[in-house]
Amino acid sequence: MNYSYKLAALLSGVLTTAVLVAAPVEETLTVDEVDMISRAASAEGHPLPEVISGWHYRTDSTRALQTDSFENGGMLGVELGEEIWNTVEGTEGKSCASCHDDAAVSMASVGALFPKWHEESGKPINVELQINDCRVNNMGAEAYKFDKGGQKPLTAFVKHQSHGQPVTVDLTEGDMQQWWEQGKELYYRRTGQLNLSCASCHEKNNGKYIRADHLSQGNVNGFPTYRLKQGNLISLHNRFRGCIRDTRAEYPAAFSDDLMALEVYTTWRSQGLSVETPAVRQ
Amino acid sequence: MNLTRRKFLTVSTSAAVATFFGGSRAFATVDEINKAISDFTGGGEPESGVLALKTPEIAENGNSVPVSVTVESPMTDDDYVESVMILAEDNPNPEVATFHFSPASGEAKASTRMRLAKTQNVVAVAKMSNGKFYKASNNVKVTIGGCGG
Amino acid sequence: MAAKPRIKVPKKASAGDIITIKTLISHKMESGQRKDKEGKVIPRKIINKFSCEFNGSSVFSCDIDPAISANPYFEFRAKVNEAGTFKFTWVDDDGSVIEAEKEIAIS
Repeated sequence: MNYSYKLAALLSGVLTTAVLVAAPVEETLTVDEVDMISRAASAEGHPLPEVISGWHYRTDSTRALQTDSFENGGMLGVELGEEIWNTVEGTEGKSCASCHDDAAVSMASVGALFPKWHEESGKPINVELQINDCRVNNMGAEAYKFDKGGQKPLTAFVKHQSHGQPVTVDLTEGDMQQWWEQGKELYYRRTGQLNLSCASCHEKNNGKYIRADHLSQGNVNGFPTYRLKQGNLISLHNRFRGCIRDTRAEYPAAFSDDLMALEVYTTWRSQGLSVETPAVRQ
Repeated sequence: MNLTRRKFLTVSTSAAVATFFGGSRAFATVDEINKAISDFTGGGEPESGVLALKTPEIAENGNSVPVSVTVESPMTDDDYVESVMILAEDNPNPEVATFHFSPASGEAKASTRMRLAKTQNVVAVAKMSNGKFYKASNNVKVTIGGCGG
Repeated sequence: MAAKPRIKVPKKASAGDIITIKTLISHKMESGQRKDKEGKVIPRKIINKFSCEFNGSSVFSCDIDPAISANPYFEFRAKVNEAGTFKFTWVDDDGSVIEAEKEIAIS
C-alpha cells in the first residue's frame, strides 16, 4: 500500500484500496430496456482511445437510478418540460407546440446535433439559446435567464427526445472549426490557484480518484444531468462553472464565448456516445 | 508536469463538502437513539431476525442513499407488520422515516431514499401486530467527494 | 408550474396479486438545517406524510422526517383483491396537500 492510498483512506475514512483502483464498470447501460451507446470509438484526432460515459464511473446505486427511468429524478424535470412545451406564452399566443407540434417527432434528433452553427449571430448556438431565440423571435416571450424559468426542464425535455442517439457535432458549418480550436485551447489551459486544466482531471487522470470521487472523462452527453448533490437538474454551463470554480479561478459567464467554445469542443470529445439526458450522477 | 495521485489528493483536501444538512452540525446522541427506539417499542426489547434492512455499502453522495426494508410476515388481519421505523445514528436528528403497513400491503416491503450526513449505522425497528419487535442495522460508508462533492 | 407526481401502478392484476407501486414527487425537502448566504437558518419545509389508500382503506403510509432525500421516492406493495382506485396523498409542512389517483382493473 503506498502513501497516497493510505492518505485517501484516511481522508475519506472509509475506502479500501480495492475501490481506489477500480476501473470503469464493464456493464452495459440500458435504460428501460433500450441499449445505450456508453462506450464508443473516439473521433479522429481524439486524445483518448475510447470514449466512455460517466455512467460507468458511478457506484451501483447511482447507476441503477439511471437504468429505470421511473426512479430517475431528472424525469420530473423532463415531464415539467413537456408541460412548458405545451404552454402558451408571450405576445404571439404561441407555445412551442404551436409550431413544432409533437416533440417526439419534430425534436427527434435535435438534441443530439447541438451545438450547431447559427448564421444570424455568427456563433455556435446550443439548445438553451435556440429556445431563447424561439421565445423572443417567434413567441414574443422573454428569453430565459441562465438556469431560470423553464430553461433547464425545457432543455432536458428537448434533449430527451434524442435519448439513445449518438452525439454528433458538425464542424464543417460556418466557423465551427475555429470555435473548436478555441475550446480546445481552453480545455488544456491551466487555471486557478490549483493550476488545473480540464485535461488534468478528465484526460490525464480519468479512472483515478480525486479524494473519493472516481474521475470520469467529463463527457457531456447526459446534460442537463440529475445530480444527487443538488437533487436537481444541472445544466452543462453550470457544471463548467462549477469545475472552473473548483480550480479556484474566476469563472466565465454562462453562454459566454469561452463557455460556448468549450461546449463545442467537449461535445466533439463526447461524439458517438448516446444522448443520456437526463443522466444521473453523484 | 505529471500530476501524481498524491498531488491530486493533496490539492483536493480542501474542497468544500456541502450536504443538505448544512455546515455546523450537532449529531444525534446515543441517548436520543435509545429514546427514539424505546418510544417506538414502548420499552419492549427488539429481537433480531425477520427484519431485513438493505442499504449500499458505500454511498457516493450522502444526499440520496437508497434504503429498503423487508419483514417476513403472513400479513393477515391477525398477524401483520404494523410499522418499521428507520433511524440514522449520526445524523443531526436520528429519525429518517416510519413506514406503516396493513394486511392490504400484502408484503411488508418498502424502499425510499435518505440523507446521511456521514458514515454511520442505519437502524430499522419493526413493530409487529402481536406486540413483538425486531431490529436490524447496517453500516453505510458515505464518501467525501472531490470536486463533485 | 410544478412537475406532477410520478406514480407507477400496473393497469391490471389478477385477484389476490401482490403488486409493486412506485411514487416520485418533486419537492426540495428543505431540511431546516441549512443556512443561507447571510447565515440565517433556511426554515424547514418538507413533505411530512405520504399515504396510499385502496378503495378507501389504508394500504401503506409513511411519516417523513427531514432526512428523506429531495424528490421523495417510495416503493411498496399492495395486495389487490378487486378492481378499484388507489389514492395517493402527500402532505406538505405548509399545510398544502397533493393528491393523485390511479385505477387498477382485474384481469
